[in-house]
Amino acid sequence: MEFLSYLISGISLGSVYAIIALGYTMVYGIAKMLNFAHGDVIMVGGYISFCAVSYLGLPGWLSVLLAMAVCTVLGVVIEGLAYRPLRQATSLAVLITAIGVSYFLQNAALLIWGASPKGYTPVVSGQLPLFGGRLTISYVTLLTVGACIVIMIALTLFTGKTKMGKAMRACSENKAAAQLMGINVNRTISLTFAIGSALAAVAGVLLCSFSTSLMPTTGSMPGIKAFTAAVFGGIGSIPGAFLGGILLGIIESLAKAYISTQLANAILFAVLIVVLLVKPSGLLGKYVPEKV
Amino acid sequence: MAMLDVKDINVYYGAIHAVKDISFHVDEGEVVTLIGANGAGKSTILKTVSGLLRSRTGSVTFLESNIGGVPAHKIISRGLAQVPEGRAVFLQMTVEENLEMGGFTRPGSEIDPGLEKVYDLFPRLKERRRQIAGTLSGGEQQMLAMGRALMSKPRLLMLDEPSMGLAPILVEQIFDIIRTMHQAGTTILLVEQNAQMALSVADRGYVLETGRIVTTGTGADLLEDESVKKAYLGG
Repeated sequence: MEFLSYLISGISLGSVYAIIALGYTMVYGIAKMLNFAHGDVIMVGGYISFCAVSYLGLPGWLSVLLAMAVCTVLGVVIEGLAYRPLRQATSLAVLITAIGVSYFLQNAALLIWGASPKGYTPVVSGQLPLFGGRLTISYVTLLTVGACIVIMIALTLFTGKTKMGKAMRACSENKAAAQLMGINVNRTISLTFAIGSALAAVAGVLLCSFSTSLMPTTGSMPGIKAFTAAVFGGIGSIPGAFLGGILLGIIESLAKAYISTQLANAILFAVLIVVLLVKPSGLLGKYVPEKV
Repeated sequence: MAMLDVKDINVYYGAIHAVKDISFHVDEGEVVTLIGANGAGKSTILKTVSGLLRSRTGSVTFLESNIGGVPAHKIISRGLAQVPEGRAVFLQMTVEENLEMGGFTRPGSEIDPGLEKVYDLFPRLKERRRQIAGTLSGGEQQMLAMGRALMSKPRLLMLDEPSMGLAPILVEQIFDIIRTMHQAGTTILLVEQNAQMALSVADRGYVLETGRIVTTGTGADLLEDESVKKAYLGG
């Protein structure tokens, strides 16, 4: 029963990682850049939701929508101001810019909300007792796992079935050819950032609902872990991000429970290294042979 | 007035002057070819017409409007489609998805009839419609790239080295299809290294050398031209 409870907490933590990783992977897949500011957009989402509930007295669900709206705009603005001018630049320049944006967001949050942690009230409270109370699952956990599955399915359908989603995949493969088809590449990249940032807001709210506290650095560690999850599952792959996130959450939770709380992160990254040594493209990484 | 009129364009890659004072035109209903060796500037010219590159001088006029400053993604809806060099099909998408992307700018109701037309022209693609494009052979990928361009119902189709890397029998097949497309009323601008094949289908041709047009004439005349024979047709 104890194992089951660790497993469940791992799956719910992993679901949060998966939601973040989906944002990472989509942006990487289309813009071919690692948006290291993604984790900080999560933090902004958390703060917006916090402010909406604490200062404006809005209900939890409405604060989520507000956070999504603000982060969507934020993501599109970041892309337009910081990344778009670098479209022809080397990937290293873009990477460093992304790190700069990350610091900018953290420090802006520090300025606005201060360094001391804010107490965050979970968007849903209570728990579900199972087996006569021997095992309990919080509603936040159920909400997180549910949200993650819905988001994954929605993204899969979007990229697989809709015209815009297919255009996104076309851009991810070959931008020049996509332009020749009449696809506006800049607009497609903006849309990707919008979707990724809205997901980051959802992840922020869920993350804060678990940890019930919020600081300007709240997003950085989950951001890095979710990036790991995306690479673990195969960067650019939507099911890969989902699988990578869930597995990472489970490994972290079990390592904390049975090996060492301090070593959990080290174990996590060790597993990543082993996986990448065996399968460099990640668990579900794409490999398509190119015919000339 | 010519359908496509290119006047005095100069295109640079950084400091490299790739296309020098090039002027040519394509009339409605013609097949025009630009031939020349590797690095002569043929692909650069096509990329400039389709908006992927910009000329520092001159003008590109298509159907009487200047398209020199129009962004690449807005060119296709003007009736100008390009089959890029190296085919550039979307390798991780299915054959049918590739074709749908070709019709991106067309209303949804035109997609199915468009697919039928392409499948009539390329029955092979119909057999493989659900297959991932990366698993197709080189010849099939070339057919897919051509079918994809046709999905936009272009007035002018630009083909960038369709014969590249294909076995001779496939080259014959591709050129048969070019003839068929031409007979169906599509105007074609064809860039080729395979001068023999290109000149045999073309009404007119331009011969390029290191970024300049050195000779021009009808396809038949250029096939008989001594200097062209020497340089491109093996004596």
